[in-house]
Amino acid sequence: MRKHLPALLLAAALLVLWQIIAGIIDAAYILPSPTQICVRLWELREPLFLVHLPATMSVTGLGLLISIVLGVLLAVAMDWNPHIERALYPVIVASQTIPTTAIAPLFILWFGYSIWSKVLVTILITFFPIAITVFDGFKATKREMEELLLTYGASKREVFFKLKLPTALPNFFSAIKMAIPMSVIGAAIAEWLGAQEGLGYFSKRMMTQLDGAGVFAPVVLLSVAAMIAVGIVTVLEYKCIHWRKEI
Amino acid sequence: MLRFENVSFRYAEDDFSMMEHLNFQVEDGEFATIIGASGCGKSTIFRLINGLEKLQQGRILVDERPVQELKNYSAFMPQKDLLFPWRTIEKNICLPMELAKTPKAEQEAKCKEVLEQVGLLAYAKKYPKDLSGGMKQRVAFARTLLSGADLLLLDEPFSALDYLTRVDMQEWLLHQWEHYHKTILFITHDVEEAVFLSKTIFIIQDRPFSKMERVEVPLPYPRNREDLKRPEIVELKEQLIEKLRRSVSL
Repeated sequence: MRKHLPALLLAAALLVLWQIIAGIIDAAYILPSPTQICVRLWELREPLFLVHLPATMSVTGLGLLISIVLGVLLAVAMDWNPHIERALYPVIVASQTIPTTAIAPLFILWFGYSIWSKVLVTILITFFPIAITVFDGFKATKREMEELLLTYGASKREVFFKLKLPTALPNFFSAIKMAIPMSVIGAAIAEWLGAQEGLGYFSKRMMTQLDGAGVFAPVVLLSVAAMIAVGIVTVLEYKCIHWRKEI
Repeated sequence: MLRFENVSFRYAEDDFSMMEHLNFQVEDGEFATIIGASGCGKSTIFRLINGLEKLQQGRILVDERPVQELKNYSAFMPQKDLLFPWRTIEKNICLPMELAKTPKAEQEAKCKEVLEQVGLLAYAKKYPKDLSGGMKQRVAFARTLLSGADLLLLDEPFSALDYLTRVDMQEWLLHQWEHYHKTILFITHDVEEAVFLSKTIFIIQDRPFSKMERVEVPLPYPRNREDLKRPEIVELKEQLIEKLRRSVSL
């Protein structure tokens, strides 16, 4: 708790400052105060928690899951064969130059307002850091360790499972921690551009009603959900790779 | 046990050969050491024996058979312990047996036996981070032993340790060698270490080298550090140092 004290103090100071400035401006449709947002969050708790949060979490969870599988498979393929690496790497990098907000409407044309248009946006945003970070993890394998295994007669497959995979685990967890906030952003953008439910959609709807606190309430909820998810992954990381510093 | 016949080798990126028509042999159960200046090609000899570098010319024979035809004929212990931090000590030690598909029960029995022999049975469930440098090297040696090979290639295994630990480990290694009756080929650039441990010392003086001078250490086993003070041993050390210095200045 003590190590988090500076961050908590800074956050509290910023909230107080926000509250004061919002009080001075006194126009909730432009800048609602933190207390107004909390009140609105409580008032809107039923639609937010029962309809829109589950919808966004479904998009985020599904998108993240597919991204993890896709990203790890791409990383494995690139590590397995240098020809695949040379072919795939530039394509993966190029995929990140596509402006997501510009292409998302196209996904809505393809998949309609179904969950898949939004999942696709989430995947497009998150698979890249996962694939590249995990691939870098495989590349970080110590050559001496690999050679030692080869002197014991290990096959390429055994080198992968006994050495490369554990070596890449810290990178895998870092990639997930990076991808979680990005997947939340991806889902929100997609919902903002075209959806019938979800926190992004709800935020946009509140904006049309000039309800400043109503715009912020789902945003706060998104941030808290992302922080909780990152926290869970951090605990898992600590449990699974207590040896991280030894690599 | 081990014989090099006319072995020549050159790294692709170099414009000079590492060795040319090299011949030497190590007897069964012998403790032999190769000494030479840094970069002279000592480790290349090991890389050729264990197949990490492809033989370009000549033959390397273990028990009169070319190494290309053999499996599990040598076990390599590098300078760093290279223990896998995500594996417990016993899992690290079992690694060569795991790769050789040794039955689980046999792995456990052998692991327990060797851990007892190296005095680390109490650390079986610990991780490498819980051990000191000397202990890690003992674990690495135990892992090398459990590869089942009769020829052990030890590449400067104690060079990263502090002086007192190194001295302890040298005595410990001799004890293990006498217990397990393995053939050891050891690399070092520490003349005193070479003299204390070996029956035979090979000296690399040239580059490319086509021969290694063979020196027999006139000391019976078991040995102790007091033996190093004998006049003939002190003289031998001086001669070896002089030869190495000449090779460095070449």
